Amino acid sequence: MTKRVHVETRINGREVDFLCEPGQSLLEVLRDQLHLTGAKEGCNNGNCGACTVILDGRIVDSCLVLAPEVEGREVTTIEGLAGPEHLHPLQQQFLEHAALQCGICTPGLIMAAKGLLDQNPAPTEEEIRLWLAGNLCRCTGYDKIIRAVQAAAQQMEARV
Amino acid sequence: MGQAKQYLRPSSIDEAVRALAAANGGGRALAGGTDIIVDVREGRRQVDLLVDLKAIPELTAIDVDGAGGARIGAATPCYRIAEDTRLRRAYPGLVDAASLIGGVQIQSRASLGGNICTSSPAADSAPILIALGATCVIAGPTGERRLPVEQFFTGPRQNVLQDGEIVVAIELPPPVPRSGSAYLRFIPRNEMDIAVVGAGVWIRLDGETIAEARVGLGAVAPTPLLVVEAGRALAGKPATRETFEAAAEAARAAAKPISDMRGSDRQRIHLAGVITRRAIETAVQRARESQS
Ligand SMILES: Cc1cc2nc3c(=O)[nH]c(=O)nc-3n(C[C@H](O)[C@H](O)[C@H](O)COP(=O)(O)OP(=O)(O)OC[C@H]3O[C@@H](n4cnc5c(N)ncnc54)[C@H](O)[C@@H]3O)c2cc1C
Ligand code: FES
Ligand code: FES
Repeated sequence: MTKRVHVETRINGREVDFLCEPGQSLLEVLRDQLHLTGAKEGCNNGNCGACTVILDGRIVDSCLVLAPEVEGREVTTIEGLAGPEHLHPLQQQFLEHAALQCGICTPGLIMAAKGLLDQNPAPTEEEIRLWLAGNLCRCTGYDKIIRAVQAAAQQMEARV
Repeated sequence: MGQAKQYLRPSSIDEAVRALAAANGGGRALAGGTDIIVDVREGRRQVDLLVDLKAIPELTAIDVDGAGGARIGAATPCYRIAEDTRLRRAYPGLVDAASLIGGVQIQSRASLGGNICTSSPAADSAPILIALGATCVIAGPTGERRLPVEQFFTGPRQNVLQDGEIVVAIELPPPVPRSGSAYLRFIPRNEMDIAVVGAGVWIRLDGETIAEARVGLGAVAPTPLLVVEAGRALAGKPATRETFEAAAEAARAAAKPISDMRGSDRQRIHLAGVITRRAIETAVQRARESQS
């Protein structure tokens, strides 16, 4: 048995601490220990983006982050997006544009899109497609996803 | 499924080197983890101890000093290199390569140190680092040493690092007036794939004559290559299509590729010429436009 590591971090704005194996991924800890099952395991090797979360303001594949690495840092997962009353505009627009079918790629795509809109509130279609190149969707053909992100960007712009 | 048994996050180079040296071959450095975490998980590498380099300030610092060149901490994530306007101005070819490594999620983590230490023949940063005349700064149990990047690789996935040694930084020589650089790769898709051929070029103009040039090639041999003959074919010649073709021919001659699922050897040799010529054209254009 390996010695477990104690990690203190912030997840979705709340102080969280957990014990993990030194070599365990952030994705495993989120899903199996913290019961935050929004981030999905697709490929488990950095290719599909289904496990995307935001770490200190940057999108990362949580399957390629070791859980002990998030000590003292700030993690946002899909569970952290919706307010108590309303869905986040990205969630709302993914629903309205039917930008999902099986849904396994959706949390990762929404987190990746949030990472984009946080730094570029009015991206072009090309910027959106390039930014989302690390997220695979086997169902939708991407077009509806792009429309949903554009609509969310407009909704968020209109609000400020 | 494999997993490392121990994780350490030292705050100094000394501490990292000592921990790795004490692990008797069972330790590895961890930078962005985009190669090593997968290699350990999929059982390609057995690792007892992972030593996270990202809390060591020098390993994630970018220093650009006009006269003295630039020093990039080996564990600095690619997005910081891609977004650095000083680096873009002085070493545009390096920014080309750093922007190509993976999608945004990978860019948040992947480092130059990790890219060269994995030592894939197709590592995107290698050809341009070679072309730019970059040096690896290596720290180990017996002190520090420096090595030109083209001497770092010894075979597919092999390099000169000894037990306990880490790459601390990549150093780039100061930019000179009327110089330009470019990195270009050929991949089967538009984004997110591994180079079938990659070419890095650095060039200095004197009027419309190429005064000096260096060409690096990736994915066409067991290690990334410095193609001395291609540089020689350019130096002292007018910056014309004919000259570029001669250098492309030298690149084709230097290519000793394998065939795999991404491309046959014949295709790679052909592409080595095409990609080299296009990278030269871009580097020359940038040299013409360079302010200093
Ligand atoms: C989806 C995906 C896409 C990718 N696309 C590309 C691409 O387009 N082009 C490309 O070239 N690569 C690509 N890669 C491979 C990888 O991202 C790069 O090689 C990256 O630069 C590795 O850096 P890292 O910091 O993540 O390294 P790590 O995984 O942290 O380390 C890699 C290796 O180097 C060692 N190491 C790391 N830093 C040091 C150091 N400072 N001193 C000594 N040893 C060290 C580690 O022990 C390990 O063996 C891709 C990977 C994925 C998962
Ligand atoms: S599960 Fe992490 S990228 Fe696919
Ligand atoms: S909705 Fe099924 S993978 Fe995207």
